[in-house]
Amino acid sequence: MPPKTEYSRLLNRTIEALLPLLAVPVALLIGAVMIYALGVNPFQAYGTLFQGAFGNISGFTQSLVKATPLLLVGLGVTIAFRGGVINIGGEGQLIVGALAATAFSIGFSDLPRIILLPLTLLIAALSGAVWGGVPGVLKARLGVNEILSTVMMNAIALQLSNYLLRGPMIDPAEIERGTQIAQSDLLPQAAWLTRLMPRTLLHSGAILALIMAVLVYIFLWRTTIGYRIRAVGLNPDAARYAGIPVRFYQALSLILGGAFAGLAGGVEVAGVHHRMIEGLSGGYGFSGIVAALFGKLHPLGAVPASVLFGGLLVGADRMQRATQVPSALITVILGLVVLFVVSSEIWARRRARRRETRG
Amino acid sequence: MAELFTLPVLLGIIYSGIRLATPYLYAAIGETFAQRSGVLNLGVDGIMLMGAYTGFYIAMKTGNLFFGLLGAAAAGLLMGLLMSIVSVSLQAEQGISGIGLNLFGLGLSTLLFKVTLGGVESIRGFQPIRIPLLGQIPYLGDIFFNHNLLVYGAFLLVPLANFVLNKTTFGLKVRAVGQNPQAADTLGVNVTLIRYTTVCLGGILAGIAGASLSLALINLFQENMTSGMGFIAVALVYFGGWRPWGVMGGALLFSFVNALQLWVQVKGINIPSDIAVMMPYILTIIALTLSGRRARQPQALTKPFERGEN
Repeated sequence: MPPKTEYSRLLNRTIEALLPLLAVPVALLIGAVMIYALGVNPFQAYGTLFQGAFGNISGFTQSLVKATPLLLVGLGVTIAFRGGVINIGGEGQLIVGALAATAFSIGFSDLPRIILLPLTLLIAALSGAVWGGVPGVLKARLGVNEILSTVMMNAIALQLSNYLLRGPMIDPAEIERGTQIAQSDLLPQAAWLTRLMPRTLLHSGAILALIMAVLVYIFLWRTTIGYRIRAVGLNPDAARYAGIPVRFYQALSLILGGAFAGLAGGVEVAGVHHRMIEGLSGGYGFSGIVAALFGKLHPLGAVPASVLFGGLLVGADRMQRATQVPSALITVILGLVVLFVVSSEIWARRRARRRETRG
Repeated sequence: MAELFTLPVLLGIIYSGIRLATPYLYAAIGETFAQRSGVLNLGVDGIMLMGAYTGFYIAMKTGNLFFGLLGAAAAGLLMGLLMSIVSVSLQAEQGISGIGLNLFGLGLSTLLFKVTLGGVESIRGFQPIRIPLLGQIPYLGDIFFNHNLLVYGAFLLVPLANFVLNKTTFGLKVRAVGQNPQAADTLGVNVTLIRYTTVCLGGILAGIAGASLSLALINLFQENMTSGMGFIAVALVYFGGWRPWGVMGGALLFSFVNALQLWVQVKGINIPSDIAVMMPYILTIIALTLSGRRARQPQALTKPFERGEN
């Protein structure tokens, strides 16, 4: 084989790897055009955005705080997508996890911290697993499309949360004062995650999420179950032929995906708010999907992706205050990133196909 | 319980059930075309939001509801075109590209709303028109023949869609492309063109679905006002077995349960309203479960087409 082909193959591979990474700059560029159309200087707007997100300690720690649930949800999405199932239920799984963590830690508030805190997070993960498990089992047993059932489970979780926070779980003080804000009582202090830095919200959940990313990597690439999940996702027919129970592993990847989103909910209440509030999820269930995709569905790729998008979310608020550009611009950019990333996969597929036909 | 089911109450539930079915019908019938041609457009919710905003803004500025409706259709068309480029030409994974389209539509409609309108304002939307003669029939006239234009349009769309899908050459091509694109391609059907057409048609109808919210049902625009209705519309297509009449049955069932749930709240019956609001979603999951294996889904659904691939 002449070295020239070798070189062009390397070039091709580099382009293929870099192409999805271009999604964010291109989306930001389109965002810049929109900002310009609003009569604001894009450099000034993005300047405030990135300065606010990464330019100082308070902004950067806030970005990490937002990155934490994004990463956890993103890990769940990664496992599900690797198993060939699409989990759009992160939002609902996160809410249910947060509700369960709140109820459990308030109910068992006299347990010592060393037992209460891990159990609280475990309960959050388990409830998320149940919430993701319903679509998982329905898919495995009855062939129900998981995209649709996870979306319905989101709506149900939201209503469940509204009901519990206005009724059985409402903070008694809210009733006494008559303010009736839909939020729960405070979690016992023993169930709070440790704050890592004074005068910031940065909490140990960020470290937990990072450890989880490594564990998910080991799980997917170094264990038999992880290998089977990926085999099912890559080619279900081949996996079935190899004797892997495809449906079981599809359900399992939805259950595990739910567990991570549920954990994200538990970490949000135990680390940030210390109580369950309305609107806790703030769209993490969806932006977590973006983080997972931009991280190329690799657990370790999801880490920088989450920090980037966490930063964009934090910076957008600062940008809105300073330049009146609505923070909804970030939602537009997230949407464009998804569209670009999924569109760019065509080149990788074409190349794989060419290789196949060449023999 | 007895006082819940008096005749006027039942009539009221049926009346509002029919009204509430409107946005679902437009969106789900449009989605039926896309899915019958093999494209799962999961971005319906985002398209509806763009339609709802555009329709509302134009109607507000021009004072003409029909201009608003046209604008909503145009916005839907553009969103449908974007989805076609990504999912048909660039062969993107359809479940995920739909999420991207949703985020894009949610963000853009919110952004435009904040910049151009700012606060919540309402307009006088499409008013009920009583149909001559039919509208005079006791009871039935009030329930079926005293609605606004968009409601009539939605229900006329069902037989029309059924006719186009099953009795026209275009419909035959759509079904062929959705069942076996390779074979259709061999017979000279332009697979890409058909899929662009159906997804764009679905976009137009989803745009109108959004306008039916902001110009007839609620008469205002709010951030994320669809709150997931587009996803329900996609679910209704599965539930209806990819047939327009089935989709209509699903839309009506869903909306009747919704209307019933609203009445239960009004009557102050001892069911927490948030639990009642869950009912339609639980019903949808049950419905999907029951129709899961039975319904025959288009063979090529979610599978991108490339020539020379088998």
